[in-house]
Amino acid sequence: MTPSDREATGLLTRPDDLVRLLDQSGVRHASPEFDPWVADVDLDALIRLHRDMVVVRRLDSEATALQRQGELGLWPPLAGQEAAQIGSARALHDDDFVFSSYREHAIAWMRGVRPDELLSVWRGSAASGWDPYARRMAIPQIIIGAQTLHAVGWAMGARWEGTTSASIAYFGDGATSEGDVNEALVFASSFDAPVVFFCQNNGWAISEPVGLQSKQPLARRADGFGMPGIRVDGNDVLAVLAVTRWALERARRGEGPTFIEAVTYRMGPHTTADDPKRYRSDDDLAAWRERDPITRLHAHLAASGADIDAVDADVKEAADRAAAELRAGLTAIADPEPMSVFEHVYAEPNSHVERQKERFARYLAMFGDEDGGTA
Amino acid sequence: MSTITFGKAINEGLRRALADDDKVVLLGEDIGTLGGVFRITDGLKAEFGEHRVVDTPLSEAGIMGTAVGLAYRGFRPVVEIQFDGFVYPSFDQIVTQVAKLHYRSRGTVRMPLVIRIPFGGGIGAAEHHSESPEAYFTHTAGLRVVACSNPADAYVMIRQAIASDDPVVFLEPKRRYHVKGEVDLDASLADARPMGVATTVASGGDVTLVTYGALVQTARDAATAAAEDGVSIEVIDLRSLAPVDYATIEASVRRTGRLVVAHEAGEQGGVGAEIAASITERCFDWLEVAPVRVTGHDIPYPPAKLEQYHLPDLDRILDGVDRALGRPNSLSEVEA
Repeated sequence: MTPSDREATGLLTRPDDLVRLLDQSGVRHASPEFDPWVADVDLDALIRLHRDMVVVRRLDSEATALQRQGELGLWPPLAGQEAAQIGSARALHDDDFVFSSYREHAIAWMRGVRPDELLSVWRGSAASGWDPYARRMAIPQIIIGAQTLHAVGWAMGARWEGTTSASIAYFGDGATSEGDVNEALVFASSFDAPVVFFCQNNGWAISEPVGLQSKQPLARRADGFGMPGIRVDGNDVLAVLAVTRWALERARRGEGPTFIEAVTYRMGPHTTADDPKRYRSDDDLAAWRERDPITRLHAHLAASGADIDAVDADVKEAADRAAAELRAGLTAIADPEPMSVFEHVYAEPNSHVERQKERFARYLAMFGDEDGGTA
Repeated sequence: MSTITFGKAINEGLRRALADDDKVVLLGEDIGTLGGVFRITDGLKAEFGEHRVVDTPLSEAGIMGTAVGLAYRGFRPVVEIQFDGFVYPSFDQIVTQVAKLHYRSRGTVRMPLVIRIPFGGGIGAAEHHSESPEAYFTHTAGLRVVACSNPADAYVMIRQAIASDDPVVFLEPKRRYHVKGEVDLDASLADARPMGVATTVASGGDVTLVTYGALVQTARDAATAAAEDGVSIEVIDLRSLAPVDYATIEASVRRTGRLVVAHEAGEQGGVGAEIAASITERCFDWLEVAPVRVTGHDIPYPPAKLEQYHLPDLDRILDGVDRALGRPNSLSEVEA
């Protein structure tokens, strides 16, 4: 059997031996170890988690539609990973710092990123959408795994400065094969950095199954780096919240890094440019649809005595509002001025760029205003 | 004024920067207790502590990537790459992160990193220890690339590089580490020549000879030798390779009409190629002859016993000067 033939939903994504508080039917299971970490999560809090997940799924589907309509150049859908992202984002404190990949739209949403800020990069209008210091979230990273080292460096600094804030690095299963991620694990361990490595094992790195990246569960790697590794059901928002809180508290106490493997599934394509039908089966998809993070929490809410009609009405209204905000945000994104290509290359004056800028301005000026020349 | 070695001058510059700004941190392999393989960071860990002078795991990408995270947090990291040929594992972090984060974040994230690289050959080292990788970095927008050639510049330029809000690739010609020179340790950065400005280290009227790093001394020696032959060479120490101070070179070439660029790195796509093209564009009407490059060969850096045949020396530079002057030279018959 070649690596590419390996069953993607085998050992590496099989949702057993995981920390799980809500099973796929929505039944709550006790966990002596992790129940205390979500003891404060009452029915109202569960309803909010449900609403968050529904809203970001709607945002994601709206953005996917906008890409299909030609409004966005590209979009990497998060569908299926709502619990992993909402659960972990809800565990963060305001002073923690996020270093993410490019699929963590739900994290950004939870950190207060506006729709126009979220979409501007994918529309091709800006190199980044938001001020990282205002949102406490770095600009998303395209280079696979590079941000894990940034999270570690940030955390090393936080520790040296005597703060109790922590960083969290989001990355996918494919990223674990990158040198940077392994080097990040080394540095984090060596310096007891207050960082949480949050690996969303969504089964696929574009077309490559996680089995091509690893022959054993990814969380087991943590042991070799001298830190706890824990697998959590990434489609169980409550379990993800519990596990991430636990890991962040370890970091704050000075006990160093933790590796979390959230086992989930990317229900859609890698990006809107991808065609998953070429590499994965309908059966696989159907099996994971039964483990949907939203339907299981919805079932749990219904069984817990929530006024489910009111919940449904509320989330529909919230999702509709968010979708409208997203579309309004899109129209708020102005096309950038031509000369802005030269902005921010350097923080200080640079004679080379200034010369090119001056020359290009003269070139544009030849066309006057009729062709958009603004120089 | 103190008479100290080039290496000690960098050490003193780092000490001063660490003392002046508690956000300055040094990271690298063996830089703490050992003081670096060249002892450039000697004594700094003992003086400033293990959180200011950080011995890291053996991992260039790890050092560079964590330095990015520290810069994200407001630190000013100074990274030591042990030898030129070891910078490549960190190349991705340098060109995709260090160089671009200010641009990508639309100016909100500063990357005031200094990447110190002992570079160049001439010390009889093993493979991967004598390379001149500067063109990789000068080709990357967002980076500043400088190379100092003497102790006084080394002391001031390392402090300027650390003070800069831009990332700076700081090239240290390792065969100059033990050369002594006068350094004003009380020198004020406010009064110092800006890091991006070239220096005319020898005046002359016949040929403009541009170089940097270890070859500056070789070029000065060539100027002295040529003077005995009645040829007057103006030697420019480039100091900054990105951006290049073209104003200084242009002014010189408009007087001499001839340009020779010398460096240890290979010819193809090198700094010399860039300067030759740019000066041709800017000074075509003043040039008497096409610019001449004297460079290392386009080969992997050779074994130590062969490096003398690879590195431009005084005679090869003088041969280049002869080409610029139209005097008999090594290529005369070929061209004829």
